[in-house]
Order: sequence, then structure tokens, then C-alpha cells
Amino acid sequence: MMNNKFLGRSIVIMSALSTLLIIAALVYIILDIYSGGRNYLTWEFLTGNPKEGMTAGGIFPAIVGTVLLVLIMSVACVPIGTITAIYLNEYASKTSVFTKMIRFAVNTLSGVPAIVFGLFGLGFFIQFVGAGIDKSIYSDGQLHWGQPNLLWASLTMAFLTVPVVIVSVEESLKTVPNDLRAAGLALGATKWQTIRKIVVPNSLSGIMTGAILAIGRGAGEVAPILFTGVAYFLPHLPQKLTDQFMNLGYHIYVMATQSTDVEATKGIQYATAFILLMLTFSLSFVAMIIRYRFRKKLKA
Amino acid sequence: MKKLFLIMITAMIAFGFFMPGKVITVKGSDTMVILAQRWAEKYMAEHPGITVQVTGGGSGTGIAALINGTTDICNSSRPMKPSEREKLKIRYASLGVEIKSAKDGLSVYLNDANTIHELSIEQIKNIYTGKTTNWKDVGGKDSKIIVYGRENSSGTYVYFKDNVLGGEDYTSSMQSLPGTAAVVNAVAKDKNAIGFGGAAYAKGIKFAGVKKDANSKAYLPTAENVKSGDYPISRFLYMYTKSRPTGELKDYIDWILSAEGQAVVTQVGYFPVK
Amino acid sequence: MLMTKLFSIQNKKRDGKDSLNRKFRLSEFLAENIIKLVSFTSFAAIILIFAFVFREAAPIFFPQEKKTLSTEFQQSETYGEEPAQSTQKTSQEYASSNSGASDVASFKNLTQKEWQPVGENPKYGLLPLFIGSLKATILAILFGAPLAILAAIYSALFASKRLREIIKPAIELLASFPSVVIGFFALMTIATFFQSVFGFTYRLNAFTGGVAMAFAIIPIIYTVTEDALTAVPKYFSEASLALGATKWQTALFVIMPAATPGIFAALLLGFGRAFGETMILLMATGNAPLSTFNIFEPVRTMSATIGAEMAEVVFGDTHYTVLFFIGALLFVITFIINAIAEFYVRAKLMKRFRGE
Repeated sequence: MMNNKFLGRSIVIMSALSTLLIIAALVYIILDIYSGGRNYLTWEFLTGNPKEGMTAGGIFPAIVGTVLLVLIMSVACVPIGTITAIYLNEYASKTSVFTKMIRFAVNTLSGVPAIVFGLFGLGFFIQFVGAGIDKSIYSDGQLHWGQPNLLWASLTMAFLTVPVVIVSVEESLKTVPNDLRAAGLALGATKWQTIRKIVVPNSLSGIMTGAILAIGRGAGEVAPILFTGVAYFLPHLPQKLTDQFMNLGYHIYVMATQSTDVEATKGIQYATAFILLMLTFSLSFVAMIIRYRFRKKLKA
Repeated sequence: MKKLFLIMITAMIAFGFFMPGKVITVKGSDTMVILAQRWAEKYMAEHPGITVQVTGGGSGTGIAALINGTTDICNSSRPMKPSEREKLKIRYASLGVEIKSAKDGLSVYLNDANTIHELSIEQIKNIYTGKTTNWKDVGGKDSKIIVYGRENSSGTYVYFKDNVLGGEDYTSSMQSLPGTAAVVNAVAKDKNAIGFGGAAYAKGIKFAGVKKDANSKAYLPTAENVKSGDYPISRFLYMYTKSRPTGELKDYIDWILSAEGQAVVTQVGYFPVK
Repeated sequence: MLMTKLFSIQNKKRDGKDSLNRKFRLSEFLAENIIKLVSFTSFAAIILIFAFVFREAAPIFFPQEKKTLSTEFQQSETYGEEPAQSTQKTSQEYASSNSGASDVASFKNLTQKEWQPVGENPKYGLLPLFIGSLKATILAILFGAPLAILAAIYSALFASKRLREIIKPAIELLASFPSVVIGFFALMTIATFFQSVFGFTYRLNAFTGGVAMAFAIIPIIYTVTEDALTAVPKYFSEASLALGATKWQTALFVIMPAATPGIFAALLLGFGRAFGETMILLMATGNAPLSTFNIFEPVRTMSATIGAEMAEVVFGDTHYTVLFFIGALLFVITFIINAIAEFYVRAKLMKRFRGE
């Protein structure tokens, strides 16, 4: 074997430098965005409506739109993700074709590009399901559900975030000791009772982590909602599921590329980016802490 | 937890079937969304009881909504295409009603540092079709021209192509940016850049004077020049309805075309039609 | 909700009877099968995505001759103006310029070198878009992968346990950066920085986009590589160290080779992620459909093209169909890349650790 101290040292140094560079870049991005928008980060900015052709005012409708989006999305993706994870970890035999199919599907789903989800939402929810509802329920020939809206955007996003929930819940289900399951069964509980009363309550933190991570992901993605429901500007907050909505990420995109006065809105753009960044950042931070804590509990 | 979800779902479905009172819906061009919003605000303030709801999304989206029956008025920064008129005809046996609601001077932006101040339509065409690639060929200094334009989904793209390029294709090296702001921003940051778009104001750019042909006078996109038609590349901003407007819709459109409505046009930075 | 109710009914019934009867319980049966059914959603999702993206792209394979429109030269009614000549002209000109359009997405049209989807003769050449995607993705891998892999090596093999517990979550937090924020940062800061340092002719170009996208793929490459490195069984390094090799020798000549398939998988996953990324490229690459291999020129990628154009096309049009076709291509390409990473590489990794 080669015995070259220089080579060894340079590998250590280079790898350490790479690590440092990545972390420095991360910190720099946050600071850069913060310093660009800090003059705009006021309470009024968070609670105000855009004014004067979106060159002034706040981002309240975009925040509300984002929150509604992730809430409806979680209603769909958290139960489905949790149940799938329960199936995979509690019921499925590792070798059955069905299990392999589902595992493969979950992996594939997490690798599908975000923009393809957008196309899917347009082709499936809007052009097929929505148009189908319109045709069968309403007979006035007008579109009610067959157009971009909050519901379809949320469901599209749910498809994208379901793997996040599955992975996280399954991880936590694995940490539930088998002794507990055995104890439940030994006391005469059925399998489903054991899962419902013992396994799931013990992995609640995992379900929560999954939900938080999914929300963080859903809040940050823009591509899937581009043509399934997001709007450039709306005078009102969305009032029903068939309304369009504004969104923080999309707001950044349109403000940076389509507003009438770039210079005047630069601060707004940076401030919006900072808010969105802090939102997704803190969500994944919280998820990380929960996860860290239950891992520690597991070791103890 | 589960109960909460159930309540939320029920509430949302209930919301889904809740319909507000008399509303006029306006949808379409992003270029016009701010203008339409101002009109709506002002009109609603004067006529309580009527709600005017404005959504953007683009000219194509607005026309599609008109065809699909989800909007009363569609804003468009380009005239309707024959294929779109065809669809409207199939559904409603009507070709739609076109209302010219404002005029927009399409500006050609140059970086402040550029030594060139005016260009003829022919020169602009050559630059955008890729026949002219160096500023020295149009009288400037020896450097490569960086061409910026709008995305092909915008009405501006189509208008410029039809009326300045004579229908020819844009050069492949044109960088398409999704909005006027992006174009302005890019031109401001790049001293060899050229761009086009609607009225916009920013530090670092200037408007090129545009000449009809090599021998005529150059005009800047000012209010008088656009209104008089001296500025050669100006366009109308359209509103479309399915059929001849009646009732509240007619009142609203009449108001937009009145002196009061047209005053808003000037405030927003476009030019009145009358 | 339904399940709980059924369950309680079942409970009451059972109380009177033999509570040790384990033969058949409706609640158990329902619970297991409903769970099974719900977990099928993910699989159904993949099938649905595949089916519906291809369904909208299908007309491309069955081109139809375009009918001459009866409205070709008909005008919309006008309102609120006196008929003036100049105003009529624009629509008229437009209508005539559109007549005789050959809006067909034939194979020949799709493989040409120009992307000009709007106009008299729409050109749907996918070549520049594919080259664009490839250029941006390869650049992102070139910038991102070495950094991510080196960082993974550092935190898995050299860093102290305490340091590792800071580095790992920090880099994983980078994954929570929304791509639109990275795109915004690239558009505002990175582009300006590079242009002033390198004097690029084009402010927004493949290089800038590639650097920005590196941020998006660093976390995924880092995480998978780190996993692969820590998954190498302890006895590998113990044996090496016992034979007198130093820590870095063990890292470089024992652990790295053992983890190579895992690192390869990380690269593939990074590639797949970058290839499908939309917002960063839409904002930071200039979006000009050029088919050159110059990395300092602007590029238009497949994903960005869909993102920029889909919102305003007429539904059902050829242009709409072509955009869905691009989406279908993206889906297939990323699917294949992920499948390779999944099956081939994992299988190889497992084999190696079992010592075959």
C-alpha cells in the first residue's frame, strides 16, 4: 500500500473544506436573503394585502393561500401515508409481490419530477375528474370543478408529499419494540387492536414528523401548482374549494420576473423569500428535533 | 384529531357550494391584471352591491375561461385567435364581442450605457431574427448584441412577432424571460442588451426611439406619440365578452370606456383609447 | 371513522359470546383489507400519473390534418368604438398570417433543431431542450457531486461524533430550501457575481443554472453517500486498521471501494433530481432554445419549457400535446434513472457486503 502522508492529509483537508464550503454557502444564502429583505419584515408586511399593483403592501393572501394548500394537502396525504406505512411495517410480508410493488411505487413516486405532478394534476384532476363532475352533476355546460383550483392543487401536492410521510412513519414504527406488540397480542388483543392501541400511539411522534416534513415540502414546491390552481393576484382570499389561491413560492417567482417595477419591489421579493425560507426551514428543524429525541429515547 | 379532520372536510365541502351574490368575473392577461384591479376597486367603491372579481393567469387562460364559461369578461393583450373564435362559435354561436379598453406602447429597452438612442423597425427586426448580431452594424460600438424577449405564452411575444418581425421566427439565441420585469432587470444589468415589453420604469434602462423606416423621424413611447399613432409599435389591450353586454355588465364596460375609467388607464401607465 | 364504528359494534356483539373465538372477526378482516387497499394508493398513483400524462400526450402519435377554420376571416363584434380602419387591421393581419398553418407534430418536426412553438409554422424541435436539460444537469453534477461526496466522506469517516451530529443535520437542512428560493438567489446574486468575476457575455446561462442547481442536489447526494459509507460493515475497517493501515488509507482503499455502488446510486439520484428540476432553471438559465454545447450560453430545459408555456396554451392544441409529451419523456427518463439506482446498484451493494 502507498504510504504517502501528504495524500492522506490532503484528503482530510479537502473533505473538511468541502463540508465547510457547503455550510458556508447555506449560511450565506440565508444572510443574503435576510439582508435584502430585512427592511420589509414588519407585522404589516405579514398581515397586509398587496397594494398599488403589487409594488407595495404585504403578502397576507399568499400566506393564507399557502397555509390552506398545505392543510388540505395534509388531510389527504397524512392518513394515506400513515396507513401505507402501517401496512408495510405491520402486515406486509417482505417477500410478497404486492409489498414489493408498493415499495417500488413509493420509491418511484419520490423520484418523479415536481413538474410532472403538475401535468398529472392538470390531466387527471382538472381535465378528467373535474370535467367529469361538471358533466355529470351540473347540466349548465359551465365549468365548476374542471378548472384550476385550491382542491386540485392540494391533492396534486398530496401525491408529491405522500412518500415523505410514508418514509417517516415507517421509520418510527420500526422503533416500536416488538415486545410491546407481543404483550398486546398475549393479552388477547387482536392484531388490529394492538396496532391501534399500542403501536400507533407509540409512533405518534413519527406521524407528526412525517406531517411536518410533508408540510414543509408542500409549502416550498411551486412547480406542481403552476397550472393546477395558483393565481398571480387575487383581490379576495379563497372562500371555497373551487377558488384559486395565491402562494408564497409563486409570489416570489412572479415578483422577481413579472411585476411592473423590479427595483421598487426588490425588498418585497427578498422579504417574501425570507419568510418562505424561514417557514420551510423551521418546519424541518422541528421535525429534526422530534426525530432526534425519539432516536435518543430508543437508544435509552 | 380525526374529528377535527372530519369537521374540516365538511366545512370545506360546504364552502364549495356556497356562492356569493351578484359578481362580475374578469379573468385573463397578466399585463392587464393591475389595470383591471384598479378599475374594479374604483367601480366597486362607486357602486356598492356589485362585486368585480379579477384574476390573472394570462391571455390564453382568460380566453379559455371565456370559452368554458367561467368568466364574464376576458382580458387579453392580443386579439383572439381564429381557433379560439371557432371554439366560442361552437359553444355559443357567437364570435364574441371585442372591446378595446386601453392602448399600450410596446417599448424597446436599451441599457443606459448604450450609445444608440434610436432604431428603425427594420433594424429591430434584424436584431430579433438574428440577422444583426453586433451593435456596430446598427451604428454602435463593436460588441455582441444580447437579445432578450418575452416567453412565447405572452401576448407581447405574439404581437411583436406579427407586427415587428413580420411573422418571422425569433433568433434561437433570444433569452425568453417570463415577464416584463425580468426583461427590464436583465437589460439594466447588461450593457449590450436589448429587450422589449410594456411600459415599465427602472433605473439603468432607457427607451429606444423607434422609426417606421430608415428615413422617418424617431418617436419615443410617450403618451402623445402612442395616442396619435406616431409611435409605430403600439397595440390595444382587449376585453372580450361572449355576447353583447347587457345589464350590470354593460354598465361596467361603459364605465370603463368613460372618461373616468380611462383616467385609471393613464394612472396605471397605459394610454387611453379615447 | 367507519372502521371504528364497525369495530365497536363488533365488540359489543362479542361480549355476549365467546370472547376467545379467533376464527373470524369482521373488524380484523376489514381493518387489514382497508389498510391494504389504502396502501395501494401509491401504486395507483404511479399508474395514474403514467396513464394521464401519456393520455394527454397521445394525440402526438396520431397526427390529424388540421381543418380549415370557418372563422378564419370572420371578425368578432366590437363594442364601444366607432369602426376605424387601423384597428381592424391588426386582427385581420393576424388572421391571415395564421392561415394555412401546418401545425402538426410529426416525428420530423419533433427531432429538428428549433423550438419555435408559436407562429405560422410552429417548430417543435425537442433537441435544443434535451441538450439544455443535459447541459444544466451535468454541470450541476460536476459542481455538486464532488462537494457532496467529499463532505460525506468527511462526516462519515473523519469527523468526530460530535461534529458529525452538527454537520449532518446542517447539510440536510439545505434540502428544506425551496427550489424557488434557490432560483431567486441564483437570479439575484449568483448571476451578478459570476458576470462581474468572469465577464460572461450572457448574464443568465447554463453555468449559473448549474451552480444554483448544485445546491438542490448536494443534500441528496450527501445523504445517500453518507448512508452508503456508514453502511460498510465495521469489520472492513477493523480488519484494515488491524493490518496497520492508517485511518485515511482505510477510508480511501477499503471503505470507499466497498461503498462505490452506493455512491454511484447517489450520483444517479442526484442526476434524476436535477433533470426534473424546474423553478431554478426557469429563473436562472435564460431560457433560450440553443443547441450548442457552449456552457456559457443560455439554455432552455425540458422542465422549464413546460413550466413557462403550459399555463397559456389552448387546451387540446398541438402545442399542449407536445408539452405533455415532454412531460412524459421527463417521467420516463427519471423513472429509468431511479430504477437503475434502486435495483442494480442496491443489489450489487448487498452482494458485496455479503462477501460474494
